[in-house]
Formats: sequence, C-alpha cells, structure tokens
Amino acid sequence: MSPPLIELTDLSFGYPNHPVFSQVNLHLNEGERLALVGGNGSGKSTLLQLIVGLQSATEGSISAFGQACREEKDFRPVRAKVGLLFQDSDDQLFCPSVLEDVAFGPLNLGKTEQQAREIAESTLQRLGLEQFAHRITHKLSGGEKRLVALATVLAMEPQVLLLDEPTNGLDEDAEQRLIALLESLPQAMILVSHDRRLIERLATRAVLMQNNTLVDAVMHSHPHQHTHSHLHIHVAKNEVAHQHDKGVPDHADHHLQD
Amino acid sequence: MNRLFQLSQQPPQWLSQSDPRLRVILALLLALVTVNLSGLAILGFLLISALSLALSAGIPFSHLLKRLLAFEGFMLLVLLFVPFSIAGDSILQLGPFAASEQGLERAITIVLRANTVVIGLLALLGTMEPEVLGHSLAKLKLPEKLVHLFLLTIRYIGVLYDEYQRLRQAMRARAFVAGSNRHSWRSFGWLIGMLLVRSLQRSQRILGAMKCRGFHGQFYLLDNQRWQNRDSIFLTVAVTLLAIPLTLDTLL
Repeated sequence: MSPPLIELTDLSFGYPNHPVFSQVNLHLNEGERLALVGGNGSGKSTLLQLIVGLQSATEGSISAFGQACREEKDFRPVRAKVGLLFQDSDDQLFCPSVLEDVAFGPLNLGKTEQQAREIAESTLQRLGLEQFAHRITHKLSGGEKRLVALATVLAMEPQVLLLDEPTNGLDEDAEQRLIALLESLPQAMILVSHDRRLIERLATRAVLMQNNTLVDAVMHSHPHQHTHSHLHIHVAKNEVAHQHDKGVPDHADHHLQD
Repeated sequence: MNRLFQLSQQPPQWLSQSDPRLRVILALLLALVTVNLSGLAILGFLLISALSLALSAGIPFSHLLKRLLAFEGFMLLVLLFVPFSIAGDSILQLGPFAASEQGLERAITIVLRANTVVIGLLALLGTMEPEVLGHSLAKLKLPEKLVHLFLLTIRYIGVLYDEYQRLRQAMRARAFVAGSNRHSWRSFGWLIGMLLVRSLQRSQRILGAMKCRGFHGQFYLLDNQRWQNRDSIFLTVAVTLLAIPLTLDTLL
C-alpha cells in the first residue's frame, strides 16, 4: 500500500492560554473522502489551513506526499497539489473576470498565457460553466461563485481537495449540482461540513473533533419509520370543503429529500 | 450594486464595439483640449457637444443629472467666490469685497471647462464596465500596481458595501436612530471599527487564497481587447475635430 497522501502527527494548534486542539493524528489515503465533523469553533477550518501552511501549528508534524512540511517553502509545492475550497467564495475569487480567475493558478504554475487560457476554458467546460467565462466575478450568484471557485481549484489539477463547508449558503438546486460534481471527481478529499446529506453522499470515512482532539468516528445509517402529525396550511375559507385526497400524505409532501 | 459604477446599461454599437483604449485616449484628449481653451463661446460649444455625446452614448438624462448634482454644488462655490478673489474692473460691491468682471469671466470659464470634462468622462468612461477600464489602463502601460489596486477596489467595494449594509441593518433592527449625540457617534465609531477589522480579516483570507493558488507577487490579466482599423479611423477623425476648437481659440 502506498504511503498516505497527507499525514498529520500529534498536531497541536492554539493561541497562548487558549489551546484550540492538541494531539491530532490524521491520515488521508488515495481515493478516500474523509468527513471532518465537529462543533463550531472546534478548529476544523484551521486544520485545513494548517495542511496547506496558511497557519502554523504550535506542535507536531505535517507530511504531504511523503515530504515533511515545516516552513513556507516546504508548503509551496504542496499548495499546487492540494486544492482548498474556501468557505466564502468572495475570498477566493479576486480577479476581474471568471476566466482570469480560473487561469490564475495555472499561470502561477508557469504555464504560458495561451496554455492557461486553454486549461481555464476546458476546466469551465468540464463543470458546465463555459457560459460564465467572460462574466465579471462579483456579479455571479452565490451558487455560481461556489462552482467557479471550485473550477479555480480544479484548474491546478490537484490530487487532494480540502473542502471547507462546500454547501454552506447554497440553495437546494446549487447544492445538488455541487454534490453531483464533487461525486464525479476522482480526487481524495477532506470535507468539513455540517451537511448530513453531503456527508452521506460523499464520505467514505469520518473523523470527529471532540474535546479538543480528533477521534475516529463510525458512520452508519439505520432505516427508521415514524409517524407524526404535520402542519398543513391552506386558504381559510376552504376549510369546509377541505379534504385530503390520499389518506396519508407522501413523506415528500412535508420533507425535503432527507 | 452595479448601478454605483455603470451609467448606461446598453451603450450604442459604435461605443461598445470600439476598443476601450480608444475611449480612454479620447477622454484624455478631450480633457487636455478643454483645459487649454479660453474663449467662452468655444467652450460653450464644446460643452454642448459633450452633452450630446453623453446622450447619444445612451446615458439617461436623469442619471446624468443625478451624477452632476454632487459636482455642481462645488461649481456653485466657484461661481460665488472666484469673482471676488480676482482683481479687475469692479461690477459689484459688497462691503469691503468687490467682484470683478475678469473674475466673473474666469469663474464661468472654470465652470464650463469642468462640466465639459466631467460630462465627457461620464460619456466615454462611465459607459464601460470598470473591469474593462482597468484592463485598458493596463494595456496603455499604466503602472501595474495602480491598475491592480483599481481592479481589487472594484472587486471588493461591493463586498464591503454589503458588509456595511448588514451591520447598519443590524443597528436599525435594534431601534438605532442616528442623532447628534454621544451614543450615535460612539455607535458609528464601532461600525467603522468593525468594518476595518472585517476588511483586514478578509484581506488576510484573500491573501491565503492567493497563496493556495501559487501566488508569488505576479498578477496576470487576460483580455480580448484588439485595436482595429476602425479604431484608428475613429481616432483620426476625433483628433481632427478636436483640433478645430483649439485652432479657432488661438486665432480669435
């Protein structure tokens, strides 16, 4: 078996007098989609930032693709292979046009303008976003921004994706589209999310941030049946004539696709 | 948000199909010619030309008026004070202060020049996407740092404005009414302080996002601006037209 893509050993992070987490061990193997769950402020996003060296750990070691990473120059090559999708896409999209934003990564990796343009165009096409190429980034909707941000990450052809609350703030349609896209990607992933639907569809393994450290979690689902009364709202004067056609309303009548 | 920047939703074809650099150059030339003219009749004529250019560029008159309003207040001050500050043949005496004919003429010249330049800029530059303007400035070899500062400002001014709106609404939701009292001033101080803190945090996150994509101090711009023969012809015609008032002004 090949060595893990990313390995964190006894990692600690915190501010003086305020430890965030300590003794965190984590490994991500090829083909895995690891869900990282835990409460607000437990340091999940920070952990992702530590992996790409945007913050530095107080203790412990990080190794990526078999190389130990200690300082800024060790992390630079890692960032080309590990794509981080930010929680707020406005942070990630800073170029005037979508095409320029997607081409920014490839250009930094030393591609020529022509090559970068082609990579950007083909990445957008792969995600079904080709019609956005010449749009101005700040005029996109929230869902469009998230998809374009994903395109900017994928244009660098990363081997690992770190997703920070990828479905946060998206509506039903945008969320479904994003999940379907992520499902089709071959990359190993770490996903930080509270979205059970996302985790259920994507994750192959889960870890839980609890009591300031990371513990392995068991993912399982059990089918269950339940009955309950539910609120029904209709125009007031129809009350007398009101009748349910079906004896029992469909589950989907009052639930989203849970 | 976009209405903050762009005046005309649909500029006419001759404008939208021309190279944006042409419009930047024309705006610059118009401004240079205008400030070098001194004959009132010629300046007036140029002002009318600038106005018709703005209207033919598809700017609704009401929008134009709204934009000009802020600026005309300043012009009013010029009209009021300049006549009194230049010595010459007195036309009006107010106590120890005298307004001179030469001063009045100077004031009118300033008002005409300034209006022509502003309306010309609105017509030529106000009708293009600010991002496009940034790209053409870069192609005209303006310092790269200035261009990127401009483009990043355009990109994030809306995000910051939204943040401001959210904070302001949160204040209003808790029955805050601005007044001229200590509480109001302190609250506004917090609002501004909070905006600064959030902007700083955002800028750090943006830098993080840039680093993640291999940023090493170099920005890149990709655009599709192509200078065409049509643009050269247009420029030649415009230069010829602009030369006419300039020659007339020196001859008369």
